[in-house]
Amino acid sequence: MDKILVGLKRVVDYNVRVRVRSDGSGVNTDGVKMSINPFDEIALEEALRIKERGEAKEVIVVSIGTPDAQQQLRTGLAMGADRAILVESDTAVDPLTGARVFRALIEREDPGLVLLGKQAIDDDNNQTGQMLAAIWNRPQATFASKIEMTGDTARVTREVDVGLEVIEVDLPAVVTTDLRLNEPRYVKLPDIMKAKKKQLDQLSINDLGVEIATPIKSVGFEPPAERQKGVIVEDVAGLVSALKDRGLL
Amino acid sequence: MTKILVIAEHAADTVNPSTAKSISCAADIEDAEIHVAVFSDNGESVARQVAALGSVSRVLRIDNAANETLLAAVVAPQVVAIADGYTHIFGPSTTFGKDLMPRVAGLLGVNQVSDIMAVLGSHTFKRPIYAGNAVVTVEASAERTVVATVRTASYKAVSDGGNAEIDAISVEADLPTHTRFIELLAGSSDRPDLQTAAKVVSGGRALASSENFEIIYKLADALGAGVGASRAAVDAGYVPNEMQVGQTGKIIAPDLYIAIGISGAIQHLTGIKDAGTIVAINKDPDAPIFEVADIGLVGDLFSIVPEFQAAVGG
Repeated sequence: MDKILVGLKRVVDYNVRVRVRSDGSGVNTDGVKMSINPFDEIALEEALRIKERGEAKEVIVVSIGTPDAQQQLRTGLAMGADRAILVESDTAVDPLTGARVFRALIEREDPGLVLLGKQAIDDDNNQTGQMLAAIWNRPQATFASKIEMTGDTARVTREVDVGLEVIEVDLPAVVTTDLRLNEPRYVKLPDIMKAKKKQLDQLSINDLGVEIATPIKSVGFEPPAERQKGVIVEDVAGLVSALKDRGLL
Repeated sequence: MTKILVIAEHAADTVNPSTAKSISCAADIEDAEIHVAVFSDNGESVARQVAALGSVSRVLRIDNAANETLLAAVVAPQVVAIADGYTHIFGPSTTFGKDLMPRVAGLLGVNQVSDIMAVLGSHTFKRPIYAGNAVVTVEASAERTVVATVRTASYKAVSDGGNAEIDAISVEADLPTHTRFIELLAGSSDRPDLQTAAKVVSGGRALASSENFEIIYKLADALGAGVGASRAAVDAGYVPNEMQVGQTGKIIAPDLYIAIGISGAIQHLTGIKDAGTIVAINKDPDAPIFEVADIGLVGDLFSIVPEFQAAVGG
């Protein structure tokens, strides 16, 4: 396998507790820390490990978004990716359009594997990888916790509700990552310097000839329903009696 | 005319409760005619169970040897082959539905509504974003098929009492062989299933080891409860990932949830906010879990839990 394509989405850092704007027009993301979507970081780490085992030659990181996403691509290059592609878009793209952008890049790059996070932690859609596999007419292995490359195929262990499912997919394929797949490496300062010299191409969605899909429209935002604050009991006897009062014991 | 196709989730011969919850969500759409598709190698028993659920008018039984293990790449083209005439196609937001439904949406060339938590109209829904820190109202195009997953924790199972007709149909679709099932490594447990248990006991990082998790299992057994864990406990290797409760694990809605040694990170709270009663046991009185707990007990879990277990007769 020559190439692995990895998606890196720029999202609000997972440590930031986002709040809904008081007028319900969206969530407040002004001035908050932005990072690589954590599941995408795991995808990149896995791609780098596959390359380091000699099972791939080049790791290409891709982001779709505003020019600000160059920051996340540079971080990806510092982690060890060989080159980066930014597909510019002023607005957030919907999952199907995102999948179409990757499909168009696949035509150009001909990767043996596309590694994506299982979901982005902003819109929590969990769609793009599966949609890409669908329109590419290739296998998908979602929620991966282990990936073994075996020549023309990959054996993937998937985190499913009842345990772990092992499937085998012919390559090329789309694999989406779950949390336990690996622990991403830290970026070292010399690597950040080196990353500045690596190739970062900028394209537009138009350049790729991608048709924008009909989005699911967001028409209003609200904070989640609050739970009422409860009572503090002093000891186990108090706990047991409170549970009995509620008919739970 | 609103016509909804719900994709049944099942294991071998038993329908998964997520199916009855997805039907419940579909039934919230006014004047909807609801059909359920059962893909299986032999769906006789599952089709009968589904036909007995309320709100269902027709069950489509699609038997095919290739449907023995329900791989998304194999099932999706079959869903698309029968999609004509339906305004909506729903599946559960379980790993089964999350894997399958976007592939269906991709083949149909539409975006998906993920994790419906409330129905406001035939094309208007509420869904959680940012790990549940915000709820967004979304509108799907009325010109297109609505493909959606249902956040099962937001819905009660539709009641029994249905008597739908069952049609065995054959579906013409090219089924790929590029994806092959190898094996399922299931955690073997006699305890109630975490996703559907009426009571759940969960342990967090404060348990400090997998050996110490024994006291959680013992309390759960005394209560007849399922067992869960925080992401921190999973990350630390105390328990397997399928026990993880939270935005990146399982989203559950038991009648009673007991969080032991769990601080209450937002991503964990997202997974339990629909629980009936939340009990928190933690030594840190400032732990965020107490902000959402209905009943809190501050103290050392290693003395409280065995005492609690003895008190409930375990």
